[in-house]
Amino acid sequence: MQTHQYDVVIVGAGGAGMRAALESSTRARTAVLTKLYPTRSHTGAAQGGMCAALANVEDDNWEWHTFDTVKGGDYLVDQDAAEVMAKEAIDAVLDLERMGLPFNRTPEGKIDQRRFGGHTRNHGEAAVRRSCYAADRTGHMILQTLYQQCVKQDVEFFNEFYVLDVLLTHDLSTDDVPEGEPVAVSGVVAYELSTGEIHVFRAKSVVFATGGAGKIFKTTSNAHTLTGDGMALALRRGIPLEDMEFFQFHPTGLAGLGILLSEAARGEGGILRNSEGERFMERYAPTIKDLAPRDIVARSMANEVRECRGAGPNKDYVLLDLTHLEPAHIDAKLPDITEFARTYLGIEPYTEPVPVYPTAHYAMGGVPTTIDAEVLRNNTDVIGGLFAAGEVACVSVHGSNRLGTNSLLDINVFGKRAGIAAAAYAQTASWVELPDEPTTAVVTEIERMRDATASERVSDIRRDLQDTMDANAQVFRTEESLTQALADVRALKKRYLSVGVQDKGRRYNTDLLEAIELGFLLDLAEVVVVGALAREESRGGHFREDFPNRDDAKFMKHTMAYARATGVPGETEIRLDTKPVTVTRYQPMERKY
Amino acid sequence: MTALDTRENDAAPSDSTMGAVPSFDVTLRIRRFNPDAAEPEAYWEEFTVTAHGTDRVLDAMHKIKWEVDGSLTFRRSCAHGICGSDAMRINGRNRLACKTLLKDLDISKPILVEPIKGLPVEKDLVVDMEPFFASYREIMPFLITGGNQPSAERRQSPEQRERYDDTTKCILCAACTSSCPVFWTDGQYFGPAAIVNAHRFIFDSRDEGGAQRLEILNDKEGVWRCRTIFNCTEACPRGIEVTKAIQEVKRAMITRAF
Repeated sequence: MQTHQYDVVIVGAGGAGMRAALESSTRARTAVLTKLYPTRSHTGAAQGGMCAALANVEDDNWEWHTFDTVKGGDYLVDQDAAEVMAKEAIDAVLDLERMGLPFNRTPEGKIDQRRFGGHTRNHGEAAVRRSCYAADRTGHMILQTLYQQCVKQDVEFFNEFYVLDVLLTHDLSTDDVPEGEPVAVSGVVAYELSTGEIHVFRAKSVVFATGGAGKIFKTTSNAHTLTGDGMALALRRGIPLEDMEFFQFHPTGLAGLGILLSEAARGEGGILRNSEGERFMERYAPTIKDLAPRDIVARSMANEVRECRGAGPNKDYVLLDLTHLEPAHIDAKLPDITEFARTYLGIEPYTEPVPVYPTAHYAMGGVPTTIDAEVLRNNTDVIGGLFAAGEVACVSVHGSNRLGTNSLLDINVFGKRAGIAAAAYAQTASWVELPDEPTTAVVTEIERMRDATASERVSDIRRDLQDTMDANAQVFRTEESLTQALADVRALKKRYLSVGVQDKGRRYNTDLLEAIELGFLLDLAEVVVVGALAREESRGGHFREDFPNRDDAKFMKHTMAYARATGVPGETEIRLDTKPVTVTRYQPMERKY
Repeated sequence: MTALDTRENDAAPSDSTMGAVPSFDVTLRIRRFNPDAAEPEAYWEEFTVTAHGTDRVLDAMHKIKWEVDGSLTFRRSCAHGICGSDAMRINGRNRLACKTLLKDLDISKPILVEPIKGLPVEKDLVVDMEPFFASYREIMPFLITGGNQPSAERRQSPEQRERYDDTTKCILCAACTSSCPVFWTDGQYFGPAAIVNAHRFIFDSRDEGGAQRLEILNDKEGVWRCRTIFNCTEACPRGIEVTKAIQEVKRAMITRAF
């Protein structure tokens, strides 16, 4: 075992982690731990853009952006947080430009902007050009630019280090923290992939920027490595997770594969059609049609398929039609996604419509934080020194449905805030003692899996998990389907206790890490389903066929899920509580587009 | 069948999107190396798995790892050609495993899968990427500007933006660098990827560090080691005209005084 000591430890090197590192590393001694290499992070897969009311091409302002974000999130957004994000969006884009990000340009040489789902002029009048972009590679450019700046600043990275535990001063799983006693973080425990060695990183501040958990589903746009590590570690240490039942299904995944085709395709004029060639979004969202928010478009698509207007031999997808666009326009604005269609489906988007179907894309929920990225351990108290930003966090700026482009914005705005806050905390806080034997939990789990002779196979359990989540907890949900999902997930958690791995080696044992990641997925899937069962309404990305309407009287509040000890040693259960939504400017209205 | 890919499901036939492509057996002949063995030595091992219409080499590798031999080790993440984790030598050519469809290969023979060349092999298909990233860092891969920060964005015309577009696509997968015979034999050569990333800034109208970068690349291990073999251009999974970019950097050295 090795021990390291840093003022600030950042876990994750995607957009949020590296944006935080750029701030904290100039102010405090900082280390960034990533289970990949920084440029492999899934920020790089984001395509369409990053919204900010620059008003470079048409009239716009941050208040309209705030409103769209609140309405897009079906009023479950904390409005103070959304306002911060929309205001700081402008500087966030300019920061990136100054760092060298190659944005597309207007003829005058300013940053160009384009339309995106749910982003409108003057509170819903018409679509507005707000998304700053670099072709359909905006996330790639952000990831590369932030890494370039990290190289420039000589940020210290620990590549291929998997963080497997977060160390706190108190055991939160029993709910017995004495009134008024501060809870603080003391560091993290990490596993070095190349050697199998365990490392303890002692830190005054820890920033979680570990991304999402899309791999709980089968059809997903997410990377294999998006296994919700940060969320699950927090949950296991007794930190609540907020609004996990809200998962975004992106309308346009390549059918059968789930690979993302950006909403920018529709922002640039692409049209969704059913088997009859009908532009069906005209029926569901008469004003902004194909540029309605993602939850509405995804549900509309699924409904077309359900009502037998799907395309293809099995009538199980709809068509994204770009054939009326000029090939030169497609090449200039959408080069990557059209290449995906060619490479993976053999479809030529110039002349043929592309088969698409919703794909699990983004966790609106996550580790609850304040607008300064401080992690909450209940509705009001923060954990000293622990911060979270990006998809792992729930500020909540996305409410029950995130608008397109607001994730690249979120990582930049709240990544920056997290980096500043983490460094500031480290400059004044004193060192917290590490717990006795800080690595015991991690070492025990690893040894159990490596030495297991009984053998449930990781891939069998993971496949069964993903199957039940796709079948029972996807775009359409009912009490019956969710009850089935919960029973399945709990049965899989039992099977997981006897999971074993074939690779018994120390070096680059990815077999072992996949087993550990599966444990994270199982824990998070349970929280998603428990929350979805309890929320007997339909709001944003959570649609209950048995409760098809939004119910503000009963449910306009955040879900807070806690893992709490049952009394049986080593066993926890999920307990739900609620947290009020912060409403400032906008009273809830019916959500129509 | 969709099957044996990222979704690990070969239960329900649903090959609707692609027209019916029947399933087929494919043999992968994989170069293996276990550093934990008593006497570590590289060897070949063959696996035969059933694959389906849209499956890629990565899907077959996963099927082997998940169902046959969990110790088979390779890097991967996004699985659609964006993250740059899974560059491998497939039938003698550097490719991303997630972008290489099995049906596009000759499956009547075993498909050869080896680690990319020129970097130390750590385990199976995993190589030590540090020398690669060290070269990248050396060419100062970040925007260099003088004076005060502007209050708004710097202006750049669409034409100026277009000038360096091709080299912004790089995902640092190392397919180009590890396809270069000069790099194989001369471990000091910067390699194509580092030069591509220098090009991205040298031709960016906002950048003022071109002279410094050109000086670095004028080193004896710099651009002049390039023998215009075009392996790099052929290997690039992002379609970057790598050799052309290197030639443009060479030309800039001759024409720009520094």
